[in-house]
Amino acid sequence: MSADDIEPGDAIHRGHPVIVDRYTKGARINHWITAASLVLLALSGLALFHPKLFFLTGLFGGGQTTRMIHPWIGVVLFFSFFGLFLRFWKANLWKREDGTWLARIRDVLTGHEERLPELGKYNAGQKFVFWSMSALILVLITSGVVIWDQYFYEFTTIEQKRVAVLVHAIAAVLAISVWIIHVYAAIWVRGTIRAMTRGSVTGGWAWRHHRKWLRELAAKLPNGRSKTTHAK
Amino acid sequence: MFPPIPNPTTKPQRPTFGAQDLIRRSASTITPPAQRQTEVAKLIDVSKCIGCKACQAACLEWNDLTEEVGVNVGVYDNPHDLTANTLTLMRFTEWVNPETDNLEWLIRKDGCMHCEDPGCLKACPAPGAIVQYSNGIVDFDHDKCIGCGYCVKGCPFNIPRISEVTHKAAKCTLCSDRVAVGQGPACAKACPTQAIVFGSKDEMKTHAEGRIADLKSRGYANAGLYDPPGVGGTHVMYVLHHADKPEIYAGLPNNPRISPIVEAWKGVTKYAGLAVIGFAAAFGFVHHLIAGPNRVSDADENAAERLADGRRWRS
Repeated sequence: MSADDIEPGDAIHRGHPVIVDRYTKGARINHWITAASLVLLALSGLALFHPKLFFLTGLFGGGQTTRMIHPWIGVVLFFSFFGLFLRFWKANLWKREDGTWLARIRDVLTGHEERLPELGKYNAGQKFVFWSMSALILVLITSGVVIWDQYFYEFTTIEQKRVAVLVHAIAAVLAISVWIIHVYAAIWVRGTIRAMTRGSVTGGWAWRHHRKWLRELAAKLPNGRSKTTHAK
Repeated sequence: MFPPIPNPTTKPQRPTFGAQDLIRRSASTITPPAQRQTEVAKLIDVSKCIGCKACQAACLEWNDLTEEVGVNVGVYDNPHDLTANTLTLMRFTEWVNPETDNLEWLIRKDGCMHCEDPGCLKACPAPGAIVQYSNGIVDFDHDKCIGCGYCVKGCPFNIPRISEVTHKAAKCTLCSDRVAVGQGPACAKACPTQAIVFGSKDEMKTHAEGRIADLKSRGYANAGLYDPPGVGGTHVMYVLHHADKPEIYAGLPNNPRISPIVEAWKGVTKYAGLAVIGFAAAFGFVHHLIAGPNRVSDADENAAERLADGRRWRS
């Protein structure tokens, strides 16, 4: 039986240290396209959100081009994130141990992993990032289309556009905040970023943070001494 | 009769107001001038309008704009709506007065109202793209406009239009260029019945009082001035024969104000939003200072190796 949280490409390699493949090349490219568009969207969006940040339009070649390009980057983000969604949704389904993990959030923040339940590929925090981003991006693309006046002006009333622009701003603020949490967690938990650059983590990282996932992968290891080298 | 503005001199004149007279500038904080200029206003007496559209023609002429040839769908409104070229538009309404059973032909010249509290300016994200002069004129600076359409959402009167050609917002300027050299707006100049007059806001109010008294004496008991307080008053005002129900004049809003949604978007959301983002960043920073990095220990690595190897030894 294959567990929900084992994704295609996940594999464990014996050695010193043990290396665990976490993200395929496709997943990593998909992630970084999403990441780049999200950063560009945040910069161009914030430029139009607060007058103090209007200078950011300079990064995009002025106010007119910022206004023009922002929705198109949004389209890229939407489809790119949709790719991530298809890849990751199953491993992000809520599990019993996630409730326990959340209840012990104090131990999470103070780094007492030993007091936390064994977790699958993602912890409740990562699942929160995944599902809140999924929801927020859906809200952002929908409200964004409503205020994309160049192509969709005639399909909605001005009152609907007012609601959309407010919803868009609030959702964007939340998405940027979730993004900050996402990036911070990746920095704070050392050994995480290589999962999205090289595609693999060390066995110790997986043991410390996602032991259930590591056990599931270890259970699939063929017996014998045949696979001792690291697949790079 | 209101004394018409005399014909202009042929000599060059210095503008009487300019950048130094701004009391509001979009997406900017400015220090308004110590002294406000006399507030100007355009008064549109709907009861005197004959629907000739001379004002529309004069507006196109003065602003050097051309409207596309339209399609007749059986109404007099031409074009059918305000556009980036048509900055003022006669809107015709056939209204049956339920009290008299008379058909009344209501003709309202639509266009920017030059609000004292302009929703377009408050919504605008581009510094200086919308300005308000101390005489009350609200003007768009096309060079600074980014074409986002936020002004359309901010306006309580549905006035600004985004040009599909230039991707910039357009609306009536109250002929700020003409007013600056002592002339009235082109529409007022062209109006053959003095349904449109221009002067200081006080003069216009006084003139309106006379017109309203006249209308009341002719049986229009609800005649009145449209100078909506919800937007702080306007610098384009109407004399209406039925001021108690402005909406019969092609949907002129009764008690307009900047939408609370726009106020929330441009007010609390702007500050709370940056605060939330700042809090998230500060939380990460402080947490890292206190908790320090979460490192994988050698024991973790060893345990993982035992797990991977354990499988091998067990069989």
